[in-house]
Amino acid sequence: MRPLTHNLLSSHVRGATEVRINPVEFNPDFIARMIPKVEWVLLLEAADTLHLVEVPKEPIQGYEHNEEFLRKMHHVLLEVEVLEGTLQCPESGRLFPISRGIPSMLLSDEETET
Amino acid sequence: SSQFTYFILSVSSNLAKQEQSIFELWGHGKCPEELYSSLKNYPVEKMVPFLHSGSTYKIKIHTFNKTLTQEEKVKRIDALEFLPFEGKVNLKKPQHVFSILEDYGLDPNHIPENPHNIYFGRWIADGQRELIESYSVKKRHFIGNTSMDAGLSFIMANHGKVKKNDIVFDPFVGTGGLLIASAHFGAYVYGTDIDYNTVHGLGKASRKNQKWRGPDENIRANLRQYGLEKYYLDVLVSDASKPSWRKGTYFDAIITDPPYGIRESTRRTGSQKEIPKGIEKCPESHVPVSLSYHLSDMFFDLLNFSAETLVLGGRLVYWLPVYTPEYTEEMVPWHPCLKLISNCEQKLSSHTSRRLITMEKVKEFENFSDSFLLQIKL
Repeated sequence: MRPLTHNLLSSHVRGATEVRINPVEFNPDFIARMIPKVEWVLLLEAADTLHLVEVPKEPIQGYEHNEEFLRKMHHVLLEVEVLEGTLQCPESGRLFPISRGIPSMLLSDEETET
Repeated sequence: SSQFTYFILSVSSNLAKQEQSIFELWGHGKCPEELYSSLKNYPVEKMVPFLHSGSTYKIKIHTFNKTLTQEEKVKRIDALEFLPFEGKVNLKKPQHVFSILEDYGLDPNHIPENPHNIYFGRWIADGQRELIESYSVKKRHFIGNTSMDAGLSFIMANHGKVKKNDIVFDPFVGTGGLLIASAHFGAYVYGTDIDYNTVHGLGKASRKNQKWRGPDENIRANLRQYGLEKYYLDVLVSDASKPSWRKGTYFDAIITDPPYGIRESTRRTGSQKEIPKGIEKCPESHVPVSLSYHLSDMFFDLLNFSAETLVLGGRLVYWLPVYTPEYTEEMVPWHPCLKLISNCEQKLSSHTSRRLITMEKVKEFENFSDSFLLQIKL
């Protein structure tokens, strides 16, 4: 699971036991398109939990043309993969596993019974 | 609602080489006058996105069983001046390619003076051993029981107006067939599915000679096979009726083939205690398969989810199963934020068909008033 994905989910990363860095072809146009969609608070939380360095604290002015900024964001959003870890729902406290890089968000029968 | 027509051209120039191309058909006739008349009847609003002043284009001519001189070719292209082309011609790297196709029959010994048929269309994708043939389901590493015909998945991506740098999502992703077409157009892709085994590439293989899906049989591997791995964002095991995404609009297109109980069983997590017999369980699988999912609930959820998470102008493209004798247009699901763009039928059997529905988000979702409207409608 990539931090970009994590940023779009309602559950947040609680811990990770296996993380890998996987190079991805840099596409500045795509990254620039993603910047307005990023929830920065969530991004910084994830960066903290996953011990990521060099994470911009906020979008800078003129980011669309700032290659250095876009490259940093590209790395943080796409090149980090959580292979084994846990997500937690902030409302219910329920934990969801990430295994082989794939989060499993299913609720059990008991939990859906309300 | 309106129809789209596609023309799939299959040409064998020699035994070793088979070319296939898909065109979006704009006009057709048995003689030039009929073709021009047909083109004049093609809705202008469908042409404009590809002819506007900021775009570049080129027109090609293909003739079958006849050779035209350069002068003859130019004459035919000039005759199309009446079309509202406002873009600039670019012969090297045009954004849009249009083709005139003239069919002079199959007998090389009796080539007619005039063509039997003339077609004009917008080129969408080329087969030539690369696209349609190599994306064919037989060669794809990972297929499920309902892997869709490769050509149809390109058509769906086309309906979704998928383009470079888009984010496309399939909430019933299965083996990822629809994601491949979107990635081919340069979009970054997400998928979810309720079936843990399918998403992970585990469980009994669908291809006849294989016993177990290997470690290279999953959605990511499929994309890698076509050199499209860089467009793979993530897949999740998730129940489409209980999505895990946060509030916001981030999908440019949602393109999907929901399960409708004809081949794959429809499922969602729920409160039923017994697990139905015959469901395979892998040691790691923990899917609490239970309630049968009513068709109408599923489409209600899908349209609602799309209205909430699509960007304005974003598209939802999905298949709707239909029992033909009872079908009326009223049965096509409705939503206050989504406008119906097209509704195209594909017959499956004498009494059943499915319809490819395309909708576009035209209004932002407002929780209270839109939910209220939906309740009344249902």
